[in-house]
Amino acid sequence: MADSYDRPLPVRQPESDFYWERAKAHELWLRHCNACGQTYFYPRDICPHCFSRDVEWRQASGRGTLHAFGIVHRGPTPAFREHVPYVVALVDLEEGPRMPTNLVGVEPDAEHVHVGMALEVTFDDVTDEITLPKFRPAG
Amino acid sequence: MAPLSKSAAIVGVAESDEIGNVPGKSALQLHAEAAYNALEDAGLSKADVDGLFTAGYSTYDTGEYLGITPRYTDSTTVGGSSFVIHVGHAVAAIAAGMCEVALITHGQAGRSARARVERDPNLPTLQYESPYGIIGPPIAYSMAASRYMHRYGEDRTRQAFAEIAVATRKWATLNPKAMMREPLSFDDYHDSRWISYPFHLLDCCLVTDAGAAVVVTSAERARSLPKEPVWVLGAAEHHDHASISQMPDLTLTPAHVTGPAALAMAGVTHGDIDLTMIYDSFTYTVLVTLESLGYCGPGEGPDFVADQRTAPGGGFPLNTSGGGLSYTHPGMYGIFLVVEAVRQLRGEAGDRQVQNVGLSLVNGTGGALSSTGTVVLGVG
Ligand SMILES: [Zn+2]
Ligand SMILES: [Zn+2]
Repeated sequence: MADSYDRPLPVRQPESDFYWERAKAHELWLRHCNACGQTYFYPRDICPHCFSRDVEWRQASGRGTLHAFGIVHRGPTPAFREHVPYVVALVDLEEGPRMPTNLVGVEPDAEHVHVGMALEVTFDDVTDEITLPKFRPAG
Repeated sequence: MAPLSKSAAIVGVAESDEIGNVPGKSALQLHAEAAYNALEDAGLSKADVDGLFTAGYSTYDTGEYLGITPRYTDSTTVGGSSFVIHVGHAVAAIAAGMCEVALITHGQAGRSARARVERDPNLPTLQYESPYGIIGPPIAYSMAASRYMHRYGEDRTRQAFAEIAVATRKWATLNPKAMMREPLSFDDYHDSRWISYPFHLLDCCLVTDAGAAVVVTSAERARSLPKEPVWVLGAAEHHDHASISQMPDLTLTPAHVTGPAALAMAGVTHGDIDLTMIYDSFTYTVLVTLESLGYCGPGEGPDFVADQRTAPGGGFPLNTSGGGLSYTHPGMYGIFLVVEAVRQLRGEAGDRQVQNVGLSLVNGTGGALSSTGTVVLGVG
């Protein structure tokens, strides 16, 4: 799988190395601000809400609900065209922030995908170096 | 400084020589043709231009190609709304004495460019969204539309999308420059293939080649020119995210700030507007923007556009050029909204001319519903 993976991979940044390292260990970690108490996505070293530098990493529960979705029938780039249909999703995490992902483990069809459905994280080891956190219906 | 409202006017507008499927022209050539045509429309020459405004490319690229060396330069690039925002920036720059004749140019070979532009993979959108196949406007906007449907009802939202697609096509049939001029039925809409659910193909804008340009100058200079000035009465801009996953509320665009602000600057209200031009990248963009601008309340958009109200003869003239859905959409469409509003205000819109247009509101949207620019334009 690692050799044949043809879709875009994240280019890790210094402030997100930890996020992607923990994803490889099948853990989802978020940035939390000790000054204003908010947990946010995506990782940044200065809080986007109150601009405090007093921030730390916290492990997420991995639970959330589906905020919005799309079912992609026309792949946006050639690499995605052989993988349609697939479900793109925005998930409201239990800790507060919203993150983009794929919804997997469900028929890619509007009969089976519902805003508000309970979800849990699952990890897709797409290459030896990159694991993508994805979500599936909570079991 | 004197009040900005009515301190400057749009005195020239034009498209490139051809728009639609134009494989024989580069993006910069489209900029140049549009600039040439807009200056001719204004009765001005290239030597008069001292302020240059462009999005996508830097103004030093368009300036070099056109042979313009401006003393005021603005390359604000916040997606398709940029050119509407440039109109407000031009008004401010002229009032401040930084320039007197502002030329805003656009050109994109959206369909026929010989090379594609890659986006910077260091950006958060590419790090966190692209790996999931969340790439490009149709997918981002379709997710926002799913949220709206959940919140306000799937069937009535679907009907609103169809109303908008069908009504916009009716306007396009009256515009000889429109790419899609065959009538569209409700069945055609519903039967069109899925792009990204909940979007059908006919929820999505065209991909074309096109350029356009707009000339703005001071009130004094405008009165000396051959055509009636189209006054910039109000202007406002706002953005509140870049990535769709960071949008604060998928059912409210930055127009919730720019609509009321531009109307307040102009000293008018929604009921005074005779023609509304809204960036229709997607049917959903129209629906959510009508609400965000304040024409109706949250969730009331489907009632607002019901029964072909936005079609020719329908009581609420909207996107009379045929819009991004049916006229042209080269990638960043916002400037074409301004071109059409000016033509309607001057009475130059031919078969699609709306009677007695004295005030027009134009709202451009860019990125992933990220940015908006609103201007209120008027004659007399
Ligand atoms: Zn904070
Ligand atoms: Zn806002």
